[in-house]
Amino acid sequence: MNTLTQENQVSMDGSLQDDHNHDDGHHAPPSGIMRWLLTTNHKDIGTLYLWFSFIMFLTGGLMAMVIRAELFQPGLQLVDPNFFNQMTTVHGLVMVFGAVMPAFTGLANWMIPMMIGAPDMALPRMNNWSFWILPFAFIILLSSLFMEGGGPNFGWTFYAPLSTEYSPDSTALFVFSIHIMGISSIMGAINVIVTVINMRAPGMTWMKLPLFAWTWLITAFLLIAVMPVLAGAVTMVLTDKYFGTSFFEAAGGGDPVMFQHIFWFFGHPEVYIMILPSFGIMSAIIPTFSRKKLFGYSSMVYATASIAILSFLVWAHHMFTTGMPVFAELFFMYCTMLISVPTGVKIFNWVATMWKGSLTFETPMLFAISFLVLFTIGGFSGLMLAITPADFQYHDTYFVVAHFHYVLVTGAIFTIMAAVYYWIPKWTGHMYNERLGKLHFWCSVISVNILFFPMHFLGLAGMPRRIPDYAIQFADVNQIVSIGGFAFGLSQLIFLVVVIKCIRGGEKAPAKPWEGAEGLEWEIPSPAPYHSFTTPPVIK
Amino acid sequence: MKQLWCGALALLMTPAILATEMPLNMTEGVTDISSRVYHLHMTILYICCAIGLVVFGIMFYSMIYHRKSKGAVAANFHESTKVEILWTIIPFVILIGMAIPATTTLIAMEDTNDAALTIKVTGSQWKWHYSYFDQGVEFYSLLSTPRDQIEGDAPKGEYYLLEVDRPLVVPIGRKVRFLVTSDDVIHSWWVPAFAIKKDANPGFINETWTHIDKPGIYRGQCAELCGKDHGFMPIVVEALPEAEFEAWLASQQQQASLDVLEAEASLAVTLEIEELMLQGEQVYLTYCAACHQPNGMGLPGAFPAMKDSPIVTGDISAHLEMVINGKPGTAMQAFNKQLTPQEIAAVVTYERNAWGNDTGDIIQAIDVNQHGQ
Repeated sequence: MNTLTQENQVSMDGSLQDDHNHDDGHHAPPSGIMRWLLTTNHKDIGTLYLWFSFIMFLTGGLMAMVIRAELFQPGLQLVDPNFFNQMTTVHGLVMVFGAVMPAFTGLANWMIPMMIGAPDMALPRMNNWSFWILPFAFIILLSSLFMEGGGPNFGWTFYAPLSTEYSPDSTALFVFSIHIMGISSIMGAINVIVTVINMRAPGMTWMKLPLFAWTWLITAFLLIAVMPVLAGAVTMVLTDKYFGTSFFEAAGGGDPVMFQHIFWFFGHPEVYIMILPSFGIMSAIIPTFSRKKLFGYSSMVYATASIAILSFLVWAHHMFTTGMPVFAELFFMYCTMLISVPTGVKIFNWVATMWKGSLTFETPMLFAISFLVLFTIGGFSGLMLAITPADFQYHDTYFVVAHFHYVLVTGAIFTIMAAVYYWIPKWTGHMYNERLGKLHFWCSVISVNILFFPMHFLGLAGMPRRIPDYAIQFADVNQIVSIGGFAFGLSQLIFLVVVIKCIRGGEKAPAKPWEGAEGLEWEIPSPAPYHSFTTPPVIK
Repeated sequence: MKQLWCGALALLMTPAILATEMPLNMTEGVTDISSRVYHLHMTILYICCAIGLVVFGIMFYSMIYHRKSKGAVAANFHESTKVEILWTIIPFVILIGMAIPATTTLIAMEDTNDAALTIKVTGSQWKWHYSYFDQGVEFYSLLSTPRDQIEGDAPKGEYYLLEVDRPLVVPIGRKVRFLVTSDDVIHSWWVPAFAIKKDANPGFINETWTHIDKPGIYRGQCAELCGKDHGFMPIVVEALPEAEFEAWLASQQQQASLDVLEAEASLAVTLEIEELMLQGEQVYLTYCAACHQPNGMGLPGAFPAMKDSPIVTGDISAHLEMVINGKPGTAMQAFNKQLTPQEIAAVVTYERNAWGNDTGDIIQAIDVNQHGQ
């Protein structure tokens, strides 16, 4: 597909590195902690992002364990309702902004330069900064839990006026931490856009761009479009609470429902921010293990772009019960239903790719296949939720909880795990332990369904979300759900073991460990050299 | 299909689930609208199941027969505009099929005209208030599950967390309109049996309606996170036949006028501290303890303590002002709408003498009535 040309070309980040020297094209990074603090290398930063994301995944998971322990049986046993609300709120914030989004940024950092034949990201110093402000954002957010009055307890959606007039004193910390997370995301997004637009290898035209880079490019535009909207929302919450404004306060001429419009104008594209890169990962893994070209590359690109555009037109489907005019309800119902068309196109394309392939089932493929099934189930419940009259019954129940966990856990997080298994030989130079990987997969996929599938029934039977205690009819199913939750949480420790074992050693990985894999990242040795492509490959 | 669905579930779960009464599906409800919503839900579910069956069927076929270990050799087909157009058009047509019944149902649901009775529903932290327009009847509806059941000190009753002191009473066979609003944060009034879920937004009024066919008691809950006790503000609706409803309404109107007389009479009565303390404790536990806690310690940083509080142990009129008119911009509500002067007198007396506050102050209904005059 391409060759590494030996043209004498200066590495793209050469002018940006102080300690630049041509030592076989490698820099000797500073050692110890300073290596990680000062690094501008896309792989180091990718690694930092991924570890940070995993730590946040466990932190948010621990909070989910508190929630499931309290809900194990009816009555108040372990925590008081106020702390319970803090757990649901911070669990959501940590998982969305701390686990899923940084994991994708980490994968983008590691993979995009390798996939497009670049030596590094376009803006390495900003890259360093966009990662290193993130831990501080979460230190601020998590430390607010220990303040008198507690941390944020108004749900990750922080609807006003619960988050303004009625919120705890720590709300300012919440607002500040969201601002920092937003700045970090925007910087990450700018970096991806600049890198993909400017640093593609010669000959890599748009329609030859790997789908992971494509989906991330579109995601990055979504991030730049909506993160400022979120910043606006939290700022208005801040001034409403502390400076006497009335954006969301009816008594002062404001409107609490306006908050929801602003929030979901951010929030709905945000859910696609958390799933579009997954689509890119899927489009790499499924063809590899089917040993067959992706069925419809160009329609995948167009479908991704359609989803991104439609994602700006559906925000109010989160708000059908707020009392919108019928016309608006119909508009948002139709637009929401429409999103299932390009999403369906993607699913059909992946299935068509598998059709008449030569399939093997290594761990990345197992996660990819389970994504295909479980994300589709999440898509079905999403379509059901789009139907406004039925949504009146589903809204704010466990049916919704089931829906968004199917698309976020078995959707986004399963593909992140698939991506780690798929590319970790390239990162570490070692193969991971396939038996442990499969064990991790089977434990995860079984427990995650025990955890989330019965939630559909709880919701249909009438259990509202975000409640610390429930009517006795819900007791048995909640118990099953909690057991699934503990099992899923514990299963992730296997993942930790697999990753650490793979970093420490294991079977040597060849440059291309997967028979059917295609793409520039497999042209360079494993582990990948510190600077991926110091001379750009030429794509034929 | 329904059997298949339930059968798959029974396989998936332990037998324990079969012993409970929890329905595994949305219930059909007791109104025409709720039944239409139920059938809409089932239609979409069946369509999704059918699509799932086809897509997953093809996928699993491929996984079984096109695996490398069985000697499968990959074909080399890709990119077909015809196929892409086909699988764009087919879902689109299916969607139109779904959208038509959804649209007609939605338009019917939003038609609030020609109601025979209008009831204003007001949410506040953490109770509902019902006001019958032009009937002179209004009341608060609070969770009636005892605290010891919640804390696990007593066995839980059949309607644990789904029972209230005074249910909303409505007639069957008539169109009843609800105007939904809130006094503080956003709540959401949800009764699954009527397929009604409407947000209660502070400062704005939402409309919805129902036309119940069957008499009975229907239960629901607040559906929008509204703070600490969001899980503890249930809704109970008692639907009565026309005549019984009229009789109930008349008795309520009579009771309302009696209450006015009683409140006036109470102004002339001077109660002993023991009596006030006893009554005050009851009122405190029902209305105040959710935030300020039964032991008067509050929740630091969220809800102030009553014990040794400068307001509770200080000037009586500041204390009365706080209880009667509340504190705007906080969760402290104005209780003059919810409590009689007699009850306010009792609870203020209780707060000033319980938990070692021991101010010795006694407040009578007349003091409450004179406050602010």
